[in-house]
Amino acid sequence: MATYPEKLKELLEDFAFITDRNERAALLIELADRFPEVQVPERIATRPFPEEHRVPHCESEAYVWAEDLPDGTLKYWFAVENPQGLSARAMSVILDETCSGQPPAQVAEVPTDIVFTLFGREISMGKGQGLMGIVSMVKHFARERAAQRA
Amino acid sequence: MTTPATQVDPAIAGRGYAHPEVLVSTQWVAEHLNDPTVRLIESDEDTLLYASGHIPGAVQVDWTADLNDPIRRDYLNREGFEQLMSRIGVTPETTVVFYGDKNNWWACYAFWVFQLFGHTNAKIMDGGRLKWEKEGRPMTREVPNYPPTQYRAPERDDTKIRVFRDQVLAHVQARKPLVDVRSPQEYTGERVHMPEYPNEGALRGGHIPGAKNVPWARAINPEDGTFKSAAELRAIYEQEQGLKPDDDIIAYCRIGERSSHTWFVLTYLLGYPRVRNYDGSWTEWGNLVGVPIER
Repeated sequence: MATYPEKLKELLEDFAFITDRNERAALLIELADRFPEVQVPERIATRPFPEEHRVPHCESEAYVWAEDLPDGTLKYWFAVENPQGLSARAMSVILDETCSGQPPAQVAEVPTDIVFTLFGREISMGKGQGLMGIVSMVKHFARERAAQRA
Repeated sequence: MTTPATQVDPAIAGRGYAHPEVLVSTQWVAEHLNDPTVRLIESDEDTLLYASGHIPGAVQVDWTADLNDPIRRDYLNREGFEQLMSRIGVTPETTVVFYGDKNNWWACYAFWVFQLFGHTNAKIMDGGRLKWEKEGRPMTREVPNYPPTQYRAPERDDTKIRVFRDQVLAHVQARKPLVDVRSPQEYTGERVHMPEYPNEGALRGGHIPGAKNVPWARAINPEDGTFKSAAELRAIYEQEQGLKPDDDIIAYCRIGERSSHTWFVLTYLLGYPRVRNYDGSWTEWGNLVGVPIER
């Protein structure tokens, strides 16, 4: 059984019940509205953002950072340079709210296909891959940290 | 004074396009918001955008939910297209105007699918959603409801602007031109070194032999998303890449979305008569057994 963060499991359960396209969109837009809270602060990174933090193939030009917290967990920060990248913003907020401050070993276990539970099976392959790229990037930082601690 | 739907938008007329009537400006759209002969259609890469606000009166056509067959990898059939047109209140006489995010990338894709069913009464709003928003024009979250129409469509015609893998192979063997509109990294087959990152849904990287690499967005002015002038486009496709207007050209990308943008540019803005879109694109070619690949 996957051991990924509890908060994420709860959110996925909520999303699993959504069948209506408009209801899903409304919920995701609400999440995307909180993006300023997860936007990378200047003390972490300034433009031009380094290529190694860029999510490959994400059409919305997304970037991910991980900041060490005193308790050994990570706080994830994001940038989405496409002003119309609403889905990438929603994904960033979801990852921050459910994975920041959680044990890196658990975050490393998050399956990338949560993207389909959240955004729906019908999203395009390109979009799905871009969003999975954001998840992969967060997992990558968590895995690195978890390996250092092991 | 507003320009009737049949005339060339004065904002577009001076740019030297072969078929300027397929483009309209944001100003033209603003003047036709209440025109019953015009239906605005938003088609986005990010499907959340429409629900977050759209041009008043616009309907959403989502390519995965509305334009694809739900089971097979193919587009909707005639019945499906007729139902879609009925649902969005369009008749064969309605002028459909597409717009969307990402420099009208998905808007061009939807436009292309509509052409498979011969709805030639179609236009693209130059600059798309980005330009409309930048100009501070009105947006709404209100979803319009139009009375359903009776729409009789012909069978889908896959022969003129769409091409399949066997035809592409014959095209390669005949050394005819192809345009790969993906990024240079996708074109060269460079791998992304990140664990668990899906490799573009294809088992092999690279490009179809002989294809020229012209990333699709080069046709766009990045600051406002409008199309470059005919002279600027010719400088790229003809002077730089050596294409000729009477060439038989196949455009492709990953699944045929970005290449429909280039198809639009070559066909309508430059007036090339024989351009086809290979929607199987790299996700098919890069998985096919035994076909030639160049890196």
